[in-house]
Amino acid sequence: MDHNFLSVQGLSKRYAAGAPPVFEQVSFGIDRGEFVCVIGHSGCGKTTILNVLAGLEAASDGVVIMDRREIKGPSLDRGVVFQSHALMPWFSVLGNVVFAVRSRWPDWPRAKAEEHARRFIAMVGLKGAEHKKPSELSGGMKQRVGIARAFSIEPKMLLMDEPFGALDALTRGVVQDELLKICAATGQTVFMITHDVDEAILLADKIFLMSNGPQACIAEVVINTLPKTRSREAMHHDPQFYRIRNHLVDFLVHRSRQIQAAQASGVPRPPTRIVMPGLEQAVA
Amino acid sequence: MPARHLGWRAALISLLLLAALLMVWHFATLPQEGAASAAQDEYAKLMGKSSGAAKRDGFPGLAQMGETIRKELANPFYDNGPNDKGIGIQLAYSLGRVGLGFAIAAVVAIPLGFLLGMSPLMQRALNPFIQILKPISPLAWMPLALYTIKDSSISGVFVIFICSVWPMLMNTAFGVASVRRDWLNVAKTLEVSSLRRAFLVILPAAAPTILTGMRISMGIAWLVIVAAEMLVGGTGIGYFVWNEWNNLSLTSVIFAILVIGVTGMVLDLIFARLQRLVTYVE
Repeated sequence: MDHNFLSVQGLSKRYAAGAPPVFEQVSFGIDRGEFVCVIGHSGCGKTTILNVLAGLEAASDGVVIMDRREIKGPSLDRGVVFQSHALMPWFSVLGNVVFAVRSRWPDWPRAKAEEHARRFIAMVGLKGAEHKKPSELSGGMKQRVGIARAFSIEPKMLLMDEPFGALDALTRGVVQDELLKICAATGQTVFMITHDVDEAILLADKIFLMSNGPQACIAEVVINTLPKTRSREAMHHDPQFYRIRNHLVDFLVHRSRQIQAAQASGVPRPPTRIVMPGLEQAVA
Repeated sequence: MPARHLGWRAALISLLLLAALLMVWHFATLPQEGAASAAQDEYAKLMGKSSGAAKRDGFPGLAQMGETIRKELANPFYDNGPNDKGIGIQLAYSLGRVGLGFAIAAVVAIPLGFLLGMSPLMQRALNPFIQILKPISPLAWMPLALYTIKDSSISGVFVIFICSVWPMLMNTAFGVASVRRDWLNVAKTLEVSSLRRAFLVILPAAAPTILTGMRISMGIAWLVIVAAEMLVGGTGIGYFVWNEWNNLSLTSVIFAILVIGVTGMVLDLIFARLQRLVTYVE
């Protein structure tokens, strides 16, 4: 596990001393350039894991190592896209992104920071909207600004907490396509939480499936067996698509609960399975 | 009903109300013919004073009011000595004191409010002091101020300060403490320094609340200056009211009251404007 770019070992979070932990013994590794999605029911601690990775929360147990250094607190190396865009309403679109750019490179002159920001605003398809205030934007546009802001600091890793949860299906599709293009171009390492199975299959190289909380864990790691050149319009024609999708949905409907029940009744935790639906199955 | 029609209708009703008030005033102050005034005329003749003197008993009528208003507004900046200055000069002195006291209060309240908003520990520690000092009336501060400071003008400014500091302090503390955690998290993940965070995130986020506090404080400061000046004397609109009352010149008193009201309204409008500038839509 030590050769991974990001390595999480034995992570667990307990909110109250006597109560069972939300999740425990969570261990995984992410390589540079990988896009990882985490799927699980509400209450399994996905957002908490993301907050620990972002440095906004501290875990009760375990350690997170990124680029051979332990994570202690928030850092510009880990950019975050929040679920509720969290744009600052007193800055314009450009102002919000420039705020991030100048936090990263405080020595840059204003013109250089603005030009850098404009590049990323154009990358998310918002060229021309730089001087609008967030209140003048639609939900999808606001989320795109949040993504531009996170990308503009060129972080080593991007953390996204259900970034498209508040968007309607059509807008979601558009922004997903943008994200796919950007990640292909920049080779960004991404850790994303989502509820949308199709979105995970479209975007992710690896999908972590979490069992239900409390005492949640990463039950399975699903390798995405679709070719990298997949697109939203055509991927459902690939025979692998429905094999992966069925596997994910079966997990969410049945196995996530079964695993949690087994945990609660004291059965020792099985090791995380690595699964390649439709090809071969292997136990880690 | 479109907004512009609402504006016209409201203006019409306001004018009708004004006309009604003026009419009531006029009819209430018509000269009373009766035994009482006849007796007064007799007494005046006995004492060798001319009857129908320029000073009339009772509440001034509209005509007299109009006369006074015209006279005062015609020459607002005359200066005939320490006790006889134009309304413009009186107003200027009062506004000067208010401005100074308010400015000092802002310089103290806003940074202190920032500190209290950021530190729950300091908030709780200072809270008893704030709660005890807050309800004390400006007039109760006057004797202490005059005894310690000895200068009546500075005492006036001090009293303005001590009474207008509280709304600004509490509103600033509240505004700073209730900045949305999302924005603070963004600042954290961007490793923003404390100073940048204070000026670029916390201050703009809390600005509407802070300005509400300033607007309330300004209203209080204007109330206080009139009362303080009545007590302390010197040049100022409050003392003008008191002086004219001692001269039994009710028209001047009423005129001064109107000026105080209009000035208060203008000050409030200025702050309402400033408030609109910093308001943001979430």
